[in-house]
Amino acid sequence: MEDKFLMKGNEALAEAAIQAGCRHFFGYPITPQTELAAYMAKRMPQVDGTYLQAESEIAAANMVLGAAGSGVRAMTSSSSPGISLKTEAISYMAACDIPALIVNVQRGGPGLGGIQPSQADYWQATRATGHGDFQILVYAPATIQEMVDLVGVAFDKGDQYRIPAMILADGMLGQMMEPVKLPEAKANKIIDKPWACCGHHNKRPHNILNSLLLSPKELEDLIVQRYKRYDIIKENEQKWDEYLIDDADIVVVAYGASSRISHTAVDMAREKGIKAGLLRPITLWPFPVKAFETLKETAKAFISCEMSMGQMVDDVKLAVECKKPVSFVGRTGGKIPTPNEVLDKIIEVGGCC
Amino acid sequence: MSKDFNILFAGFGGQGVLFSGKLAAYAGLYDDKHITWLPSYGPEMRGGTANCSVCISDTPIGSPCVVSPNAFVALNLPSFERFKDRVVPGGTMIVDSSMIPAKCDRTDINIVYVEASKLATENDLEGLSNIILLGKLFKETGFCTAESLDKALLKCIPPKRKHLLEPNRKALKIGCEA
Repeated sequence: MEDKFLMKGNEALAEAAIQAGCRHFFGYPITPQTELAAYMAKRMPQVDGTYLQAESEIAAANMVLGAAGSGVRAMTSSSSPGISLKTEAISYMAACDIPALIVNVQRGGPGLGGIQPSQADYWQATRATGHGDFQILVYAPATIQEMVDLVGVAFDKGDQYRIPAMILADGMLGQMMEPVKLPEAKANKIIDKPWACCGHHNKRPHNILNSLLLSPKELEDLIVQRYKRYDIIKENEQKWDEYLIDDADIVVVAYGASSRISHTAVDMAREKGIKAGLLRPITLWPFPVKAFETLKETAKAFISCEMSMGQMVDDVKLAVECKKPVSFVGRTGGKIPTPNEVLDKIIEVGGCC
Repeated sequence: MSKDFNILFAGFGGQGVLFSGKLAAYAGLYDDKHITWLPSYGPEMRGGTANCSVCISDTPIGSPCVVSPNAFVALNLPSFERFKDRVVPGGTMIVDSSMIPAKCDRTDINIVYVEASKLATENDLEGLSNIILLGKLFKETGFCTAESLDKALLKCIPPKRKHLLEPNRKALKIGCEA
């Protein structure tokens, strides 16, 4: 195989998971993510892995819960409506501190919505991928290469912190092709999981993974402990990328597909002499608040660019502590903003500050 | 510095719109360029509209959606009507005139009419009108090197379809000479 070749985002996610040592995939087809499952159906048997098309998204997610509970690297993938169905099992995984990878190649919602690209599941991913007090790691790649790289990171960090992890992509990234370089296979580097329910062979006490705790005190204590771990994650795992922000008056904040549109818009603004820059969150939870520490003093205004009705605006406002105005530009329902639409917003905001 | 290409291929599903784009993308890759390939299509496999954005650039590519192409290949009338005015001034438009009876009166772009579907039929290359058009695009714009385009063909035609390699090469040549 050549050093670099073209891959669709969906296929790159699948191959990267295999390279990261994942041998258990449970899924159910849905546009625009289907190529991921199809690729797994072809590849998993070649690497002695398990590919299983479940009877529903709910079943698939619960199979991940079971497989990952036994300590293996397991994953599922879907698109927006399918992710909603998986949230029950994700909540149970979080409750049992089971790491697993969930991929969401977002499409327009709510309901069945449409099949075109969207980023309208930001709130779901960062606020409530199920009921109860919990968070999951959320990674938002912007290139096919980054999709590949973040799959390995998501598995590793999930294992390290015993937390489910999500790759939040969208239909555009899933369907597009770009050159990729695959990482070296690293199946043998997966850390030990002494908590896993994988058979004790009478050599150790048996492990229990359970989410039912009827004593409020026990449940509270466990959740408080878990939140201490979340604090460590927030401290250590924020990731972001910066483009032309050092002297920027106007900072566009965007992730995934919309960050690529914004990148082009920032270039167009610079050609017009407007000092625009791009701040691209790579982790959506934890949200990269550290990236704003100096920016909230130096920049004059922020624009959140998204393929939703502005679900990330609140996080940007919190990160800048409302010291500077935060406005929104974007499209939703499967429409992708054009660089010109973002540029118009940059010019509009630039005129006010 | 060489020129960046923002190419749009548009037609019906089944006309080879996505495959032409893939060839262009691989050719760009083999020329050591940054490239993106982005399809856009409806829920149906055949008969619906299909278009494909390919960006070939010396620098990393931001938006992969080609809104204003500098090279546009029109494979059917609805796509021709929809995108002809979006081609940037100085750009190139390749039109399959055996599929598209209309003409475009713009004078600020290079418009090339090729009877690609007719040529395909005449040369026993049924279904390869998309490759004839790609050959013409190559000739008119030089979006890649000839070497890389041939390498792309070798890459994109799977081993079990090897018998299609020579017909594809022939179609490219016909396109170049049309």
